[in-house]
Formats: sequence, C-alpha cells, structure tokens
Amino acid sequence: MDSEKYNMGDIDIAWCPGCGDFGILTVLKEALSELGIAPEELVMVSGIGQAAKIPHYLKCNFFNGLHGRALPAATAIKASNKTLTVIAESGDGDMYGEGGNHFIHTIRRNPNIANFVHNNMVYGLTKGQASPTSRRGFVTPVQVAGVILEPFNPLAVAISLEASFVARAFIGDKEQTKELMKKAIVHKGYALLDIFQPCVSFNKINNHKWFKENTYYIDESHNPYDRNAAFALACETEKLPLGLFYLNEEKEPFEDCITAYKLYDKPLYKHQIDTKKLQGLINGFY
Amino acid sequence: MKSSSKDDYSIVLCGQAGQGIQTVESLLMKIFKSAGLNIYATKEYMSRVRGGLNSTQIRVSSKQVRAFVKRTDLLVALDDGAIRHLKKRIGKDTIVLIDEKTALQSQNLVKAPISELASKTGGKIYANSVAVGIICGLFEIEQKLIEEQLISFFAKKDADIISKNIEAQKSGYEFGESLVQSGTITMPQFEPCDLSDDIVINGAQAVSLGAIAGGCNFISSYPMSPSTGVLVFLSKHSEQFGIVAEQAEDEIAAINMAIGAWYAGARAMATTSGGGFALMTEGISLAGMLETPIVVHIAQRPGPATGLPTRTEQGDLELALYGGHGEFPRIILAPGSLEQAYELSAKAFNLADKFQVPVIILTDQYFVDSNYNIPELNADGIKIERAIVETKPDYKRYELTKDGISPRGIPGFGKGLVTADSDEHDEEGHITEDLDLRVEMVNKRLAKLTDIIAAAEKPELWPSDNFENLVVCWGSTYHVVKEALENLDRSDTTMLHIAQVYPLHESIKTTLQKAKKVAIIESNATGQLAKLIKLTTSFEIEHKILNYSGLGFSVEQITDAINDWLK
Repeated sequence: MDSEKYNMGDIDIAWCPGCGDFGILTVLKEALSELGIAPEELVMVSGIGQAAKIPHYLKCNFFNGLHGRALPAATAIKASNKTLTVIAESGDGDMYGEGGNHFIHTIRRNPNIANFVHNNMVYGLTKGQASPTSRRGFVTPVQVAGVILEPFNPLAVAISLEASFVARAFIGDKEQTKELMKKAIVHKGYALLDIFQPCVSFNKINNHKWFKENTYYIDESHNPYDRNAAFALACETEKLPLGLFYLNEEKEPFEDCITAYKLYDKPLYKHQIDTKKLQGLINGFY
Repeated sequence: MKSSSKDDYSIVLCGQAGQGIQTVESLLMKIFKSAGLNIYATKEYMSRVRGGLNSTQIRVSSKQVRAFVKRTDLLVALDDGAIRHLKKRIGKDTIVLIDEKTALQSQNLVKAPISELASKTGGKIYANSVAVGIICGLFEIEQKLIEEQLISFFAKKDADIISKNIEAQKSGYEFGESLVQSGTITMPQFEPCDLSDDIVINGAQAVSLGAIAGGCNFISSYPMSPSTGVLVFLSKHSEQFGIVAEQAEDEIAAINMAIGAWYAGARAMATTSGGGFALMTEGISLAGMLETPIVVHIAQRPGPATGLPTRTEQGDLELALYGGHGEFPRIILAPGSLEQAYELSAKAFNLADKFQVPVIILTDQYFVDSNYNIPELNADGIKIERAIVETKPDYKRYELTKDGISPRGIPGFGKGLVTADSDEHDEEGHITEDLDLRVEMVNKRLAKLTDIIAAAEKPELWPSDNFENLVVCWGSTYHVVKEALENLDRSDTTMLHIAQVYPLHESIKTTLQKAKKVAIIESNATGQLAKLIKLTTSFEIEHKILNYSGLGFSVEQITDAINDWLK
C-alpha cells in the first residue's frame, strides 16, 4: 500500500516549521502503509495539544477527545470493535500529565492498542511551560527558577506495571522510529512507544543536537523479555537508551479476557438483544 | 381523612451493619409475596460495613403498597440501640420485639428468646432465621411456603446449614404464633391475593433491566453509593447478555470510555452519584460537542461534597441540567415507579441514539433501594431503535441538516471515515476557526431541541385531570405523593408527576395555569424543579414542600403537609 493513501491533500497544518511532529506524521503514514492498514480500519485517538492534532493530518477514522482522556476512549473503542486498529497518539503533557492516571490503569488493563507519545519535554500549545518530562533546572515562564520536580519516567513506570511492550525512539532516526511503530501496532496488547522529538519554538535546551548527543541505541545483546534488565535501562539518566526495552507476549489483551464476547464474538454494534433471555431474567424475580 | 387500612402492616427491622438485616429482608419479601401478600421494602443505612445502626421497613398488605410510611407497627430490634435510633418512628401503638436479654424496660416491649433459640440451634448465626420465624408466626404463614423459600435462599449452603436454618425458623415461628394465641400481639386479618405472576425488584434492578432492554451492551463506572447496584447487576449478567462491563479507574475514565464505546457502535452507559457526575461533566460537554450519544444514571445522595453517602435527596437536578461547559441540548428523565424506570431506562438509549445527546436518568437512594411487587415486565414491549448508518466514501460526520441531526456512522461499517472532534469543527470533523461556520454548528446542535421537546415524556395527572389544587412532584416521590392523596381523598386535588424534568413537556404550563392552587414537593432545600419550571414557563410555584434530612419523605409527612396547605 502506498503511503499517499493517507495524504489529506492541501491542508493547513498548525505545527511550527521544523517541528518534530512532521517527521512523526510522515513515519506514521509509512508504517501504516507498510503494514497494509486501510484508513477505514484505523482509528486514531488523541487528546489535546500540538501532537494531539495529528489525526487531522492523515486520512483515518479519528476520535479527537478531551485533554488527557485519549486512553480510556481508545480502550473502549477497541473493546467495542476488536477488528479496528486503534492508535492513541498525543504529547507528553496529555498522556503523562493530564492523563497520568489513565496511563497507569491502561497499562494494567492491557488493551490491544498502540500508544505513541510525542515527548519534547515541554508544553507547546500553551507556550513553553514545563511538561512532566521536563528535566530538572529547565527554566520556563512558570518554572522561573528552573524545574524542581523529578521528571516523570514513563518507561520505568510502564515496565514496573508489567506493560506488554515498552520502547523509545527519537524522530531524528526515522527508520528506527518506523520499525518500532510497526512492532508496536502489530504487538498484541498495550504497546508504549515514547518518541523523542525536538520542540523548535519552546525548548532550546533539548534540541535535535541534544537528543543526538544524549541518546544511544540499546545493544543487540539486550534481552527484551528480561524485565529487570529492561527496568535498569529505563532508569538510566546519563544517556537515554533508544530501542525496544521490554516485551511480554504472554499477556492476554483486555478485550480478549472480558466475558462480553464469550457467547457472541462480534463487534458490539452487531449484537442483538435476546428478548427471550431477558424475559427469563425478569421472570427470575418472582 | 381516611385512616390507613388495617390490613397494612409496617414492620421495621433494625440492627447493626453486618448483623444480616438484608438476609431477613430478602427472605421475608419472598415469603410474604409467595403467601399472596403485597410488599414494599426500603432501607436506611449508615456509610459503614460493620456496627452502627441500619433499618429496613417492610410493609405487608392485602392491597398494593409502594411507599415509605413513618408508622411502625412492629419494630424488630436486633440491637438495643434500635429504640433510640428509631425513636421518631415509634408511636404509642408500636410493638417492639426485642431479645429477652435486654435491660431496657418499656410498656410496649415484647421480649423474645431470639438469642436463646439461636444458640439452641447451633449459634448466634441462626438469630436471623429465628427472627424470620417469629414474624412469619405472627402472620401464621404456612410452614411449607417458608421452608420452600429458605431452601431456595440457602441453596448454595450445606444440607446441614439449611436444616438448621429451618429448625431455627420453626422455633421462632412457634414463639411468634404463641404471641398471637396468647393475645400479647393482635394481628390484622389479611386477604391474600394471587401474586404468582408478580415479580419483586428494586429501583437499581429496574434501571438495569431497562438498560438491557434498551440494548445497553457497555457499562463503565466507578463504584459510588448509591449508584453501584446498576454496575453490579450489569456486570453479573455481562456474559449472558454480551455486555462489556468495566470498573474504571475514576469517573473521568468511565465517561470517556462510555463515549468512546458509543463512537465505535456500542450502546453505553455510566452509573454514578452526584460527586462522580461532577467529575464526568467535562465528558458530558464532550458528548455535546462530538454529538455522540451517552446515557448516565445518577442515583442522587445528599451533598455537597461527600455529604451523606448512603442517604437520599433530589439535590442534583441542577447539576444534571447545567453540568458541562458550553451550550448543547440534553435530556433528563426522572422515573417515578419501577415500571417507569424500566421503560425510561430503555427509552434513554433510543433517545440518545436518535438525537445524539446526553441522556441522564435521575434517581436517588430512596428509589434504587425501594422494593415492591409489580406485574411482570415485558421484555418484548421495548423496541430498540438504532440510528447508525452505513457510511459512503464521501461521508461527512457533521453534515449540516435542517433538524440538526447528522446521520451517525461508526468506524468499520461502510466505506467512509468517521471523525469525532472536541474542537469546533467543519462538516468533515476537522478543526475550524471559521467563525461563520461556528455559528452554523451551534445552531445545528441546538436545533435538535425542537424535536427533543416534541418527543418529551408526558407528565401524569393523577387521579384526575379535573382539579382545583395541583401537587407537582418528580422522580422518586411518585408513590409517596400518590398514597398521601389517597389518604386525603379529596376530589379537588391532583398530582402532576413529571418524569421528564428536562426539557419539560409543553403541556405543563397550561396545566399549571388551570389550577387554583399549586404546590411542589421536592426532596431538596431550594426547590430546584420549581426554579426550572419558572425559567421554562414563567409560572412561579410559591408553595414548596421540601425535605432535605437525608431520609426520604414519608406518606404521613406529605399527607400532613398537603393538609396544612389546603386548610
């Protein structure tokens, strides 16, 4: 399938020139086309923020909901129709800040969705405040003396919660980002892909060069099924590892575990109420 | 004024949480009903798992009884504290049945060897079956009926436990019978009727059954008293009826899941109480913007904040009405009877689907915890009206239409793409800041109100549409008001029960204007429906009968209040 199929034509894109989001959009379309996923079979779910606008920039079904609430909606969409490919994609503020509680519990729930998080360590749409992943000392109009909070470590959190797929990419390497995206989409269960991305307007510290210098590729000898080793990698802060940290292919996805589909395994919109059964239930209250 | 009929007996069971009052209540309801006696049961309980004092009222009658009365004919005190706890409901004619070990002294105390008979059978645990036996003995109910119910109730227990419960019940029964035979207690005479086709359910079950009948196949909620019964019920039957039932991490997740589910073609609901709904309001606003249907059941309890978690109030009408930023239509239903809760809960899904708006079912603790016998509900009586369309390649989710309803597609059904956008959007669902289009979109969403009003549930006038005095009420007070009017027996006074509180049916204004005198009855402190009526119809109801104690209105309270008003 040609990635042109996802193109929207001549549209007005709200991202700043040079933004890492452009690269992510291009790579996403390529990953989808290489996997042969048709726009009609795909649902992109997002929240609010610059990254969260991505569903508007490719041909797909989408649910652009509330700030921080992409994951509950994505979980429900997948649980209502298992035949859809569901990707929840948004920024670090949306997924890890406003939606932090859902991030934790979606990992525990393990729906078969991919979660792509654009991580630029800053708030873009609200113009330059700290994000949950901002590094200590990062000066902003609000954090005037520099960030004093410990940065949120999404990978360590995900691994500690036994997420079934945990990876990190840097959009400076499109090829690796695409490969990890494809793996995350194909993975059966919740797949977190944190994507480093420079913000050209509001983060002059963690720019393209900084990411280049402060990341490295996980060695091929790393065993992604080794949770302790994965956790140790996720806790590294000196230089930040890129690649597949952790994989657990034994966990059953949420929607395959729920009882709703035991008797009739079809999307919910095809379910019909069995009135005889309901009458039986009513009559049971004699 | 008519005095309450003699064959209407009010039993109150009171004891500590964890003592098993619920077991006694469930058993007695089944036994009385199988003996052909109408029953009504409701409870008031504390927000704790053990200790404290909880009570359950069971009314037994030859005729239909469906409301809470203050009068207590027989108080079964399983704890000495019961007498102080219920002092306002104990009258001079109340008989208090209490364990003989009590140190309390009073004229109307009847001491019963409850703990002695229980330990003779095998221990304290059998005290509940002794109590069931004593009460059944007073009513001289056929042993066979009682044993049948005990066997089916304890079906999952060992044979030994079942036979000991029967034994305990029998020993209680003999004692109860002896109280009547010795003239210690005089019981009214009942005329049993054939209730074999009746069922006994409570408000939470009526809402849940209605939801299933309305095609509900997804529920996501966070447990919150007194709304949890609906989540529990649908979870229990999730496999049987193909319902995705998920306990969300919070109410915010719950509402966003339910909206996501509707987007993908499910018929979803969330159940909560006021505090949980407060967290859901951004989601309600989202549904307003996405034009995604959503059904929310709110079982009200007194607020603000944590308030009285296990008690009742009609204090969240305004929250249901105004919760959610921005302007968009919604529908609020407030059923008055169990039958109506079944019908309206089912209808809520059709309305939400048709108009693509939030539909709120407003009940309260009094309603969800009220049980009575009703004729069997008809599962075939409700038609599921699905409004989903198969999309074409050029499908536009937010197509501008005259009635404001854009045909709703779902992803994966058809060739089109289905978009949902919380930003102001164009017809294709993409973000727009075209301000002319913004105006068109607002108009489109609000245009739906015209058809929503036309489809509004008609309020009920009872007993007659000929009246001088009108008593307005809504939601759970239906049967309490009805019984109060029956007691008053005035041909000039009628009840107007409003089961759709928003938007109001158009007939309400003329009905109000027809009356010489109008009073409103609400379980809140500020007359929230009265305010809404004034806003909608300009009609000001000056006489308000309000109750916000946390305990629901009793029939006597309303009877007295109407009587005072009409003096």
